Amino acid sequence: MDFRLTEEQLALQETLRRFIARDYDFERRRSLARSPLGYSAQAWAQYAELGLLGLPYPEEFGGLGGSGVDVMAVMELVGQGLLLEPYLSTVVLCGGLLRDAAARALKEALLPQIAAGKLKLALAAYEAAGRYELAHVAATAVRDAQGKGWRLSGRKSVVLDAPSADYFLLSARSSGRQTDAEGISLFLVRGDAPGLTLQAYPTQSGGRAADLDLQDVPVDADAVIGAPERALPIIERAVDQGIAALCAEALGIVTALNEATLNYLKTRKQFGTVIGSFQALQHRMADMFIAAEQTRSMAIIAATEAAGDQPAARRRAISGAKAYIGRAARFVGQQAVQLHGAMGVVDELNVGHYFKRLTMIDMTFGDAEHHLARFSDALRVEALGAAP
Amino acid sequence: MDLNYTAEEEAFRAEVRAFLAAELPADIRSKVRLGRRIHKDDFVRWQKILYRRGWGAGMWPRRYGGADWSVVEQHIFDEEGAAAGAPPQIAFALRMVAPVLMSFGTAAQQNYFLPRIISGEHWWCQGYSEPGSGSDLASLRTSAVRAGAHYRVNGQKTWNTLGQYADWIFCLVRTSSDARPQQGISFLLIDMKSPGITLRPIITIDGEHEINDIFFDNVQVPVENLVGEEDKGWTYAKFLLAHERTNNAGIGHCQRALKRLKEIATRQSENGRPLIEDSRFRDRIAELELDLMALEITNLRVLAAVASDSRAPGPEVSLLKIKGSEIIQQLAELQMHALGHDALPYLREALEVDWVPPPWLADHYGAFAPPLTGQYFNYRKTTIYAGSTEIQKNIISKLILGL
Ligand SMILES: Cc1cc2nc3c(=O)[nH]c(=O)nc-3n(C[C@H](O)[C@H](O)[C@H](O)COP(=O)(O)OP(=O)(O)OC[C@H]3O[C@@H](n4cnc5c(N)ncnc54)[C@H](O)[C@@H]3O)c2cc1C
Repeated sequence: MDFRLTEEQLALQETLRRFIARDYDFERRRSLARSPLGYSAQAWAQYAELGLLGLPYPEEFGGLGGSGVDVMAVMELVGQGLLLEPYLSTVVLCGGLLRDAAARALKEALLPQIAAGKLKLALAAYEAAGRYELAHVAATAVRDAQGKGWRLSGRKSVVLDAPSADYFLLSARSSGRQTDAEGISLFLVRGDAPGLTLQAYPTQSGGRAADLDLQDVPVDADAVIGAPERALPIIERAVDQGIAALCAEALGIVTALNEATLNYLKTRKQFGTVIGSFQALQHRMADMFIAAEQTRSMAIIAATEAAGDQPAARRRAISGAKAYIGRAARFVGQQAVQLHGAMGVVDELNVGHYFKRLTMIDMTFGDAEHHLARFSDALRVEALGAAP
Repeated sequence: MDLNYTAEEEAFRAEVRAFLAAELPADIRSKVRLGRRIHKDDFVRWQKILYRRGWGAGMWPRRYGGADWSVVEQHIFDEEGAAAGAPPQIAFALRMVAPVLMSFGTAAQQNYFLPRIISGEHWWCQGYSEPGSGSDLASLRTSAVRAGAHYRVNGQKTWNTLGQYADWIFCLVRTSSDARPQQGISFLLIDMKSPGITLRPIITIDGEHEINDIFFDNVQVPVENLVGEEDKGWTYAKFLLAHERTNNAGIGHCQRALKRLKEIATRQSENGRPLIEDSRFRDRIAELELDLMALEITNLRVLAAVASDSRAPGPEVSLLKIKGSEIIQQLAELQMHALGHDALPYLREALEVDWVPPPWLADHYGAFAPPLTGQYFNYRKTTIYAGSTEIQKNIISKLILGL
């Protein structure tokens, strides 16, 4: 076993750290979050130059052939810098999905474009009534009259990074009941396709998202990714990789919050002494330190298992990590705010923004309790065999 | 032991309920119920309606226009008000400065201020905390120097709640720095229109403007606005804090939030079924309900003991503050968690009650989602203000447990 990052990974992190210090300080980040685009187009171009946008793709598709741990190294810094660019949606979720499941021609067409920073995608897989269940798909896909392409109708809710996406990867159903695992296909849909409307809004942690409404949106037959009516496993696998990336982002934030809080405990004075001299706060800070170490371990598990093609083993790792980190990060986030007193609840300080981002990470792709339930259900199957 | 309400108390409850049904304006009711923004005018309008009914300050003694309510009557009023969607009465005037004036103010102060407080004419805010003095309030440095018939006040107060609405502020100021820090503090009433006062809004993490910095630059305050004796302000401040904390359990507020949580969990769906059918989620609601059931009785027990000994509330109110603030935080957390991905959107405009959701956002997001995430963020304050949880635990361990 080896738990260290490689020289290259450390160098990559150092590059990003310098980039954040120079081009992405807290004030800059705040003004970007308020801008119409919601992120920095310039930063996106810089990521492309650094190779970050092609990091997890094979070299033949313009990538660097990076691993889950490489992505983890990047996402940790995305967390620390509270970076707003649609890296998760474009590079990890959609690019990852195309890499794992798309036909070769499509990969050749799209992955190099993503790596070059010329193409952005968003995953439209969740629907309001499904909560965190990806198999809940009410949107429909119907063969068009000529029997060549498809017509898509329905709604997708809270599609992250939708407003800036050139394409969507969108799930729709052509058979089965609303909650069946079978019958779901995944389509590549142009952002400007006729019949597709976006209701865009900012998110609580500074990003952008939208609800999608589709009415008879035409797509070609070759816009189907993976096997028709059997797309759920590839969507789940992509989301699992997205979750691993979110876990690493949470790790970056937890680390940053602990650093800020520890610093505050050492400098904020009340009752004639630094508040870090109060034992109640010392123990709290010790618990936060432990939570961060445990978070790192879980983020490593997630990063190394996310690409696994055994769904059961992967679910155990990913749901386990999301559940554990969700709770650990909730604790650290809430306590970082608490220990900053009123300073913790103001918009002017980064602590509150870290806390909000951690909260939104927990709420994305299943909160801690959702994943604990999945983990626990898997445990039951392990013990008793598959449910009747 | 008897947990039943008496016939008189039940009659009182019926009277309160009927009054609320008849008098609570529908627009205010829906803002409160839906968690949308409540503006100054809403608070004041409601206070005036209560005042006309003789309930402007139910707990106050009759001679000041109150109704001499018992602890139980106040509890019934809070519970019914919260259930009906009445806004809270702002505590700074009614429950903080007023009791101080009744106990320590001059007749002139009482005669001028108390009627204007109860009628809703004056809005008060609290000027205690300073950048360097939060938990350690006694270290405060805003100074008041006596010059003839005035004090000249200089310094900065911070984290001031709703000062942008206020006509008056009650301040702790330093009038002497010779002795122990607690001994040189005075309690001053300052007109917010005084020249030399500037307000700087502080935006909180939910994006709202609820608190302010307040700067005092050579502000002239007539000496008549000193409460009690010079340098004795700490005594009055402690008296006030104990009164403030008796209201911090916020049982009615928690009960309304619990009811709302159940509504949300019933209407949100999980994989096509009502979320409330998920026993794991339901268990979390149940655990909170148990905590609240216990606190309701603890609250009444503590307050009844205070009332029957007719003394000022003591350190035991700390436990009400701790539990009440934790429960409302957890309720807000669970309400947000009930939303799933609907917790993510941030639609500022949706916090106004007349917001009309865009077409297809309406069916899943429109009704209850808009305020919930911001509320979760905002309620982190409840374990920080009015004496943080850590400070309250210090009080319990020292003053009650003798550790
Ligand atoms: C939304 C909001 C509204 C407010 N409204 C008002 C208002 O209207 N008027 C007003 O005067 N003030 C107001 N306050 C201020 C509030 O009273 C202070 O925030 C509070 O007293 C804590 O002070 P602080 O923020 O400086 O934190 P600090 O005192 O610096 O505390 C930082 C951390 O250290 C902990 N700590 C401090 N001392 C100890 C100790 N001895 N042992 C263990 N832990 C300790 C605290 O619990 C906290 O976690 C408001 C605050 C908020 C957040």
